[in-house]
Amino acid sequence: MGKYILKRIVLALVTIWAVATITFFLMNLVPGGPFLSEKAISPAATAALEAKYGLDKPMSERYFTYILDAAHGDFGDSLKQRGRTVMEIITTKFPVSARVGGIAVVLSLCLGVPLGILAAYKRGTFVDSLFSVIATCGIAVPSFVICTLLMYAFGVRLKWLPTLGLEGWKGYVMPVCALAAYPTSYIMRLMRSSMLDVLGQDYMRTAKAKGLSQKVALFKHAMRNAILPIITYLGPMIAYTLTGSFIVEKIFTIPGLGGEFIKAINGRDYTMIMGTTIFLATFMIIMNVVVDIVYKLVDPRITLK
Amino acid sequence: MSEYLVDIQHERLSFFTPAGEVKALNDVSIHLNQGEVLGIVGESGSGKSVTAYSLMGLTAYPGRLIGGTLEFNGHHINDMTEKEFRKIRGNEVSIIFQDPMTSLNPVYTIGNQIEEVILLHTDKNKSQAHERARELLELVGINEPEKRLKQYPHELSGGMRQRVMIAIALACEPKLLIADEPTTALDVTIQAQILELMIELKNKLGMAIIMITHDLGIVANMCEKIAVMYAGHIVEYGTTDDIFYNPKHEYTKGLLKSIPRLDAREHERLVPIEGTPVDMLNPPKGCPFAPRCGNCMKICLREMPPVTNISDVHYTQCWMNQKEQMESEARA
Amino acid sequence: MDMKKNPLSFQMKLSPDDFLPASEEEKESLVVMRESVSFWKDGFRRVRKNKVAMVCIVVILIIMIFAFIVPSFYPYTYKDQIFGANNLAPMQYSADELARIDAGEKVFPHIFGTDKMGRDYAIRVMMGTRISLLVGLIAAVIILVIGSIYGAIAAFAGGWVDLIMMRIVDIIYTIPDVLLIVLLSFALKAPLSALAAAPGFGWVRIVGENLISIFIVFALLYWVGMARMVRSQILMLKESEYVTAARALGASSSRIIKKHLLTNCIGTLIVTTTLQIPSSIFTESFLSFLGLGVAVPMPSLGSLASDAINGLNTYPYLLFIPAAVISLIILSFNLLGDGLRDAFDPKLKN
Repeated sequence: MGKYILKRIVLALVTIWAVATITFFLMNLVPGGPFLSEKAISPAATAALEAKYGLDKPMSERYFTYILDAAHGDFGDSLKQRGRTVMEIITTKFPVSARVGGIAVVLSLCLGVPLGILAAYKRGTFVDSLFSVIATCGIAVPSFVICTLLMYAFGVRLKWLPTLGLEGWKGYVMPVCALAAYPTSYIMRLMRSSMLDVLGQDYMRTAKAKGLSQKVALFKHAMRNAILPIITYLGPMIAYTLTGSFIVEKIFTIPGLGGEFIKAINGRDYTMIMGTTIFLATFMIIMNVVVDIVYKLVDPRITLK
Repeated sequence: MSEYLVDIQHERLSFFTPAGEVKALNDVSIHLNQGEVLGIVGESGSGKSVTAYSLMGLTAYPGRLIGGTLEFNGHHINDMTEKEFRKIRGNEVSIIFQDPMTSLNPVYTIGNQIEEVILLHTDKNKSQAHERARELLELVGINEPEKRLKQYPHELSGGMRQRVMIAIALACEPKLLIADEPTTALDVTIQAQILELMIELKNKLGMAIIMITHDLGIVANMCEKIAVMYAGHIVEYGTTDDIFYNPKHEYTKGLLKSIPRLDAREHERLVPIEGTPVDMLNPPKGCPFAPRCGNCMKICLREMPPVTNISDVHYTQCWMNQKEQMESEARA
Repeated sequence: MDMKKNPLSFQMKLSPDDFLPASEEEKESLVVMRESVSFWKDGFRRVRKNKVAMVCIVVILIIMIFAFIVPSFYPYTYKDQIFGANNLAPMQYSADELARIDAGEKVFPHIFGTDKMGRDYAIRVMMGTRISLLVGLIAAVIILVIGSIYGAIAAFAGGWVDLIMMRIVDIIYTIPDVLLIVLLSFALKAPLSALAAAPGFGWVRIVGENLISIFIVFALLYWVGMARMVRSQILMLKESEYVTAARALGASSSRIIKKHLLTNCIGTLIVTTTLQIPSSIFTESFLSFLGLGVAVPMPSLGSLASDAINGLNTYPYLLFIPAAVISLIILSFNLLGDGLRDAFDPKLKN
């Protein structure tokens, strides 16, 4: 077990390092460094800026300084929001995104799992077909389409819900729904097929032959097995929710990290882009590791050496 | 109320598939006394498992009982509800499945899965159930039972898992044990051990056993009576001696010729049964075995043969036997 | 023979003739053999029988006709701004056009209206669809080629080569793709426009720097899923009994690869590639929506939707049309992929 976790953590660290390195060199691909694309400023000012950000030093030295600082959570100052460090911005904005994303993740699990089980249990019936149509559409419709449709229907036409910001619970409804649509549909489909697979297994026949009621067979014997694939989906789902927040936060003008990232890209705030990328990537990778370890703990078949 | 433990009369069962009706059982009659061992022999799809499963109400969708009467231990199976079936399953009648590798739930411990059935059918409490589970593991010859109870199925070998399945089946001391090809998925050496264990347990506990297999060697050792099934018919039924020393149906004869024998003369060859099994979606009109039968007659292609009684217990469904009987009756 | 009444003979008429041996032909006639069908025939038959998949194929074909053929003879182009025809509602004409109609001239209607710059929206949606489809198809091909070659090499090489190759895949797999795409399309912009300025690379500008960086990202990142799948398929097949059997029977390696590995992998490849198309389209529209997609004035469905958001109150149809088209494309490809999977690769079903 310890060895597995260690291996997983080492791999995660290598990946994080790879992401940081790729990010660093990509940003430095921009000819002449990050400041050339700034509005025309005097050569003296450029030099001053370069000295301030250490850009006059050779690339290799800058790289090591950057990676070392990043390891300490220091991504430097924001270029656009003067006087604030990147980390400051991240720590104030990320909780907002995490709250919306977290609610969406919980909502999609709470909806997707039971609906998937119901569809599997009622396979071939109208309920099953209805859920299947809904899930297929939920997967096919991009999140920005869902966002804008929701906004048009409930915000613009019906005026039930606010179209921007996160004021009160009403503000959360549309962003959370838009974020949860895809994962809910995906989980529903995954749960249905996994449940069907499990229901056809020999041990379900054994459970029936033991005289167990349908309820016990379903909830004790089938659930525990069928839920396993859902756990593996948690990692990608968290990643999806985070990147999905770019769109959702942009459309609903939510003061979260996703919106901040898009703002940084449009405003060419290099340090902010680098910092956010590395931060979000690290978060996703760590979540993946956690999910992987949880999976191994739940499934006794996988022996941890 | 039947005098037998198991009394199946003229059972008919069909699977209503989208491609059409598959008549899995056509007029199957079986009876079994307390403590008796019956072997049902036949190739895949001949209906041997379906017969046994229908006794437990385990007929898979879209199968439906369409005729006959089934009785087990005083229960009228025909009009039992799912709830009533649940009371006897695992309690009065248990089953051991073919593949022990997949028949145990991978995410629960052995102990949990044995105790579950004890808690369900008896009023033992948790610690008593645990004690009983330990006893059962000892009974089926598993060493270190206390340790095994805490293990997961994947940590056990195939033979060990089948022993666990037997322990689960025997947990409530059933009147009838259905063994559905219990050794097919195991190594040959393990097969012998499991069979030996079953005989031993039968002698100790005195339950009746229905042994489903396609291996005549297994039934020879264990069974008192044998039913040979082909395409949903019992084509020959009799005591083990009847079947082995006085086989009447061509299919039984074919089966016997196709097993290797130690006492065979040197250049004697094994004789396979020619042809392919019946397509159960489009069964032939007459005797289902006719196309593969060496002594096929014109009538065989047209009509299903009636039951011919050879002796009190021994009967077949074959025109050859019917013809002989009619001839001898005519002579008399 | 005396036919004594037998209680078991169900009152049937029996004649001595009935007990004559039956001929082989008579026996043969009883055996109904189901016809055996080849893998492809069987698969295509199942696809044809799958109504949903067939409808999807038709929908995709119609969309392709509108995306690739119709624009070449459409009276408007995606970049021409029609003077005075800004923000027209569907089927509405500008004052100028109305005057021309009055003068007896035939003017092709603006089926979906025009955008705020006075460009015909129908042709823009068609061109946007073209871009989205191209992105999906090209990306799928790139991924198919790189992924299957990489996976096949790893599977056939085995040993430490396989180990290292798969570690690399593991690392790439855990890199959050969208983040990297965003980053790459941002970072590659400048070098690519520098490249576009160089002689002989004018096509870069035409395709658009962002689009190229999207392809580069797909080529860099998205093949890993395909590589994993191909590798595991080949490994599984390599171990499978029938390949061992074929080898034992003396089949050559090329025959085994052609006959067994390819026919067995191809189902998986088709299905994975088909399902890759919508996911690439998805990503492209996502990036375009964020303003990181195709270069103006080239439209893509994502950028059309993105542009329409600001006018959502007054011109909601400008959003609904591209949104509906993109949803329809993704839905069709997804359902088609599911249908193909059911038909060619039942074991993949989940």
